Amino acid sequence: MAARFLWASRVASHLRISVAQRGFASVVLKDLKYAESHEWVKIDGNKATFGITDHAQDHLGDVVYVELPDLGRSVSQGESFGAVESVKATSDINSPVSGKVVEVNEVLTESPGLVNTSPYEEGWIIKVELSDAGEVEKLMDSDKYSKFCEEEDATH
Amino acid sequence: MRGGSLWQLGQSITRRLAQSDKKAVSRRCFASDADLKKTALYDFHVAHGGKMVPFAGWSMPIQYKDSIIDSTVNCRVNGSLFDVAHMCGLSLKGKDCVPFLETLVVADVAGLAPGTGSLTVFTNEKGGAIDDSVITKVTDEHIYLVVNAGCRDKDLAHIEEHMKAFKSKGGDVSWHIHDERSLLALQGPLAAPVLQHLTKEDLSKLYFGQFQILDINGSTCFLTRTGYTGEDGFEISVPSEHAVDLAKAILEKSEGKVRLTGLGARDSLRLEAGLCLYGNDMEQHISPVEAGLTWAIGKRRRAEGGFLGADVILKQLQDGPTIRRVGFFSSGPPARSHSEVHDESGNKIGEITSGGFSPNLKKNIAMGYVKSGQHKNGTKVKILVRGKPYEGNITKMPFVATKYYKPS
Repeated sequence: MAARFLWASRVASHLRISVAQRGFASVVLKDLKYAESHEWVKIDGNKATFGITDHAQDHLGDVVYVELPDLGRSVSQGESFGAVESVKATSDINSPVSGKVVEVNEVLTESPGLVNTSPYEEGWIIKVELSDAGEVEKLMDSDKYSKFCEEEDATH
Repeated sequence: MRGGSLWQLGQSITRRLAQSDKKAVSRRCFASDADLKKTALYDFHVAHGGKMVPFAGWSMPIQYKDSIIDSTVNCRVNGSLFDVAHMCGLSLKGKDCVPFLETLVVADVAGLAPGTGSLTVFTNEKGGAIDDSVITKVTDEHIYLVVNAGCRDKDLAHIEEHMKAFKSKGGDVSWHIHDERSLLALQGPLAAPVLQHLTKEDLSKLYFGQFQILDINGSTCFLTRTGYTGEDGFEISVPSEHAVDLAKAILEKSEGKVRLTGLGARDSLRLEAGLCLYGNDMEQHISPVEAGLTWAIGKRRRAEGGFLGADVILKQLQDGPTIRRVGFFSSGPPARSHSEVHDESGNKIGEITSGGFSPNLKKNIAMGYVKSGQHKNGTKVKILVRGKPYEGNITKMPFVATKYYKPS
């Protein structure tokens, strides 16, 4: 798994954030926020980019299709706005924050596998204009999310 | 993310492997559910990175370290070894085992040459399918058959009930359920060359559908040239105490090209081969005629009947069934079980029963049932996925050409 950490370090230096060293396989990046439904958020002023976490893509397996929302559509924290399909199953993607969709990652239509190989970078799913910056407080930081994943895995 | 059965399955029992480049290793060793049965290869799967999930009351590997897509492609390029010991193998014996079985299945069992077998369907009084099964006439007094794991209790109860009635009328039949044996499936272009290393018998003389009892890797095995992938391959019934050794030998002889393959890839492979999955594409209320398995109903049986539900089935053969199983290609997200199929005007004409992304064709494939009359190849349809219609068309199956080993 050394390759994964090389990759994570590259991501980290590109995004100018540090990599959290964790005891389990999935990568959790510091400076991102996380929802319990396994989406990550990067805040940049009043814009937010999100996708699904490494933990999520690992459990899901090969992604074969990503259902993207229309531009201009509004999304609400905790509600589904699209879906990620793997070989065997479909999973909703829930919006970690509320806002208006200003950009979608069209590249995923041709290359859905980017969600697996680069969940935090090239596999980003949508960008929204935040409608309520305060909502970010309700999300988990990287430490809390790592623990959340550990606990979730342990109970299953 | 939420929903999706594999998500839940994958979450329920997942093993994280120890990673050599880390000091703090978090190794999750959950004991599987105490109620789940384990095959003889359970520890072997885990040691090889198997992700174990509950399936039909057993703890089975859904995949290993390679992804389901890679695993599916590898089967057709090299080969796959599947643990299918959860399936139920049994032998029927006695002077009347052939006429007895004929009361329960649509096959012309009497017409099978010794050492040959076929896919068949166990029917119910309404002509629907109780289960599908590969049956083999070993001799006139011995039939070997394999039924689905999920239908084991139902099938055995059904067979037992009818056997009691048959015997009470003086019929000579008995059974033995092969719980002392484990079934392995070896499929793909390397299946025959690899297996040939492990037996003295000339496998080039064993054709698709044929059966032999022979020594493989030092143990007496039941070998059938059949499978569930569309590739050339074998199902090997080995005494359970030799199952691990046989699996190891097969993997070693292939020098790593034949890979342990899980249920996830197995499902993708059978879908590509256009084969039914009982519980999805075949159920109690679906007849073999509707399922496109008329070829499995022996000619003599079509004239004589004599199996449960024969009146319904014979009538369908005469008048044509009202629904038919067909294949689909589609755009957008893969069509899944229960997705509605509409004609171009938006009228509902059928339903998908299995679907997914084909790793070998790199497109969406599905199978389902449509109203007779709407079932021709090329028919344009709309398939509803999560409420939105996507373009599709009906196509014949198999989606990937089969490579069964038949005499030229």
